Amino acid sequence: MRLHLQIWRQENSSAPGRLVKYTLDDVSGDSSFLEMLDLLNEQLVGKGEVPVVFEHDCREGICGACGVMINGQAHGPSARTATCQLHMRTFKDGDTIQIEPWRSVAFPVIRDLMVDRTSMDRIVQAGGFISVRTGSAPEANLTPVPKGDSDEAFDAAACIGCGACVAQCPNGAAQLFTSAKVGHLNILPQGQPERYQRAAGMVARMEAEGFGSCSNYRECEAVCPKGISVDWIARMNRDFLLARLKGL
Amino acid sequence: MEMVATSRPANWFLAFYRSALGKKTVMALTGIVLFGFVFMHMAGNLKIFMGAEAFNHYAEFLRAAGEPILPHGVGLWMFRLVLLTCVALHITAATQLTLQNRRARPIAYKCLDPVQLGYAERTMRWSGYLMGIYIIYHLLHFTVGTAHRDFIAVNPYHNVISAFQFWPVAAVYIVANLLLGMHLYHGLWSLFQTLGCNHPRYNPWRRVFAVTFSIVVTAGFLSVPIAVLSGLVS
Ligand code: HEM
Ligand code: FES
Repeated sequence: MRLHLQIWRQENSSAPGRLVKYTLDDVSGDSSFLEMLDLLNEQLVGKGEVPVVFEHDCREGICGACGVMINGQAHGPSARTATCQLHMRTFKDGDTIQIEPWRSVAFPVIRDLMVDRTSMDRIVQAGGFISVRTGSAPEANLTPVPKGDSDEAFDAAACIGCGACVAQCPNGAAQLFTSAKVGHLNILPQGQPERYQRAAGMVARMEAEGFGSCSNYRECEAVCPKGISVDWIARMNRDFLLARLKGL
Repeated sequence: MEMVATSRPANWFLAFYRSALGKKTVMALTGIVLFGFVFMHMAGNLKIFMGAEAFNHYAEFLRAAGEPILPHGVGLWMFRLVLLTCVALHITAATQLTLQNRRARPIAYKCLDPVQLGYAERTMRWSGYLMGIYIIYHLLHFTVGTAHRDFIAVNPYHNVISAFQFWPVAAVYIVANLLLGMHLYHGLWSLFQTLGCNHPRYNPWRRVFAVTFSIVVTAGFLSVPIAVLSGLVS
């Protein structure tokens, strides 16, 4: 199929960017969105032009590197699908596709579609871990975990940190990401000793990074490739409020 | 763990309010107070269907609230003070959060296509600020009386009927209360999330609660201007 692309091109974080139009022929419906961009880049390189920079790694929806805005939606129109797993058969011959980078003050554009998401790493560094002596693995049955809790913790831990929640949120809030990272530990016995410091510390870091505030719009949940629920946001809010009441 | 200070800050509330989640909590708590008020206010308004005497007697009861512990009218004023404080906090926090959210995305998308965002959610700020203006008008209209063409201080029943018989005034009230209904539709659900009230057993009821009370409050308020316009009450 033939596609009309409008892609955000930007030299570096301080240069002004703009949408550039490309027409791409012979795109297979079986290719992925990133393979479509590969095809474009091959042609650009062939013509001696600078290829479009976009981030990717696993190409199987588990690393979180690949997100872009596709026609105004994070990771494009398919639910629970990362950009790398989006099939081109989602589009029709002759479609126009607009591609922009995630937009947030905390995600500066590095080049074209690639943004710097280390702000999310700093949120995790502010409490997204448990302080235990590592070494040889502990006895597996030492800390019993209720089955329901371990399942739920796993749901939250499925977050791949792609940043789609921030990108889609009209407020640019990072609540879904942060709450998943707070929640998967706060629901487990191993996370209890630092539960309230974790909530207070990670929320403080999140706000210091310049992310917006949550208006409970649930756009984040709608675009999350892992289907993380906004229930985690309520749980984080509760732990944050309790932390503050405890004077943390 | 690298963590926040563990000692209680000098002014606990200010430190709490400095955080965006703190501001949002204040919005939720003041929202609950305001909702409690609008619900009682709506229920009280329905007394208009019981005639002039019942309605005016109810209004006099409000002025006498707290007597004999408090002098006449003081109870009502304390109540008003609490409400005005809540409105002020609610609007201040809403404004600060809105500005913060603007700063969070300095470069706008060429195209942002919300997936499931509803009308009430999109218009929280519009419905909020328009209600703020409406509240001022409403107070000048029925409480102070300066915005009323034929105000009789001791006869609220007369004030309501004569106001709504002029259709543009009734229209303002109808629109304002539809805005209130939309605001409550999102707000009454949202506050549970904000305050961390989340449990699989009662999560579905949060939406039921929000829909029921936004409809009940709106329908109750709207019934008065509609009844006057249609001549049902005169
Ligand atoms: C009768 C008056 C009002 C009632 C009962 C009311 C109630 C509520 C409630 C319950 C919420 C949800 C809070 C939460 O999400 O935790 C809310 C949110 C909100 N209110 Fe009001 N409100 C009233 C007046 C106003 C006014 C005058 C404004 C003017 C600015 C306003 C602006 C907002 C905004 C912008 C939000 C959403 C905040 C956010 O999610 O970021 N409200 N309101
Ligand atoms: S490239 Fe790893 S999730 Fe898409």
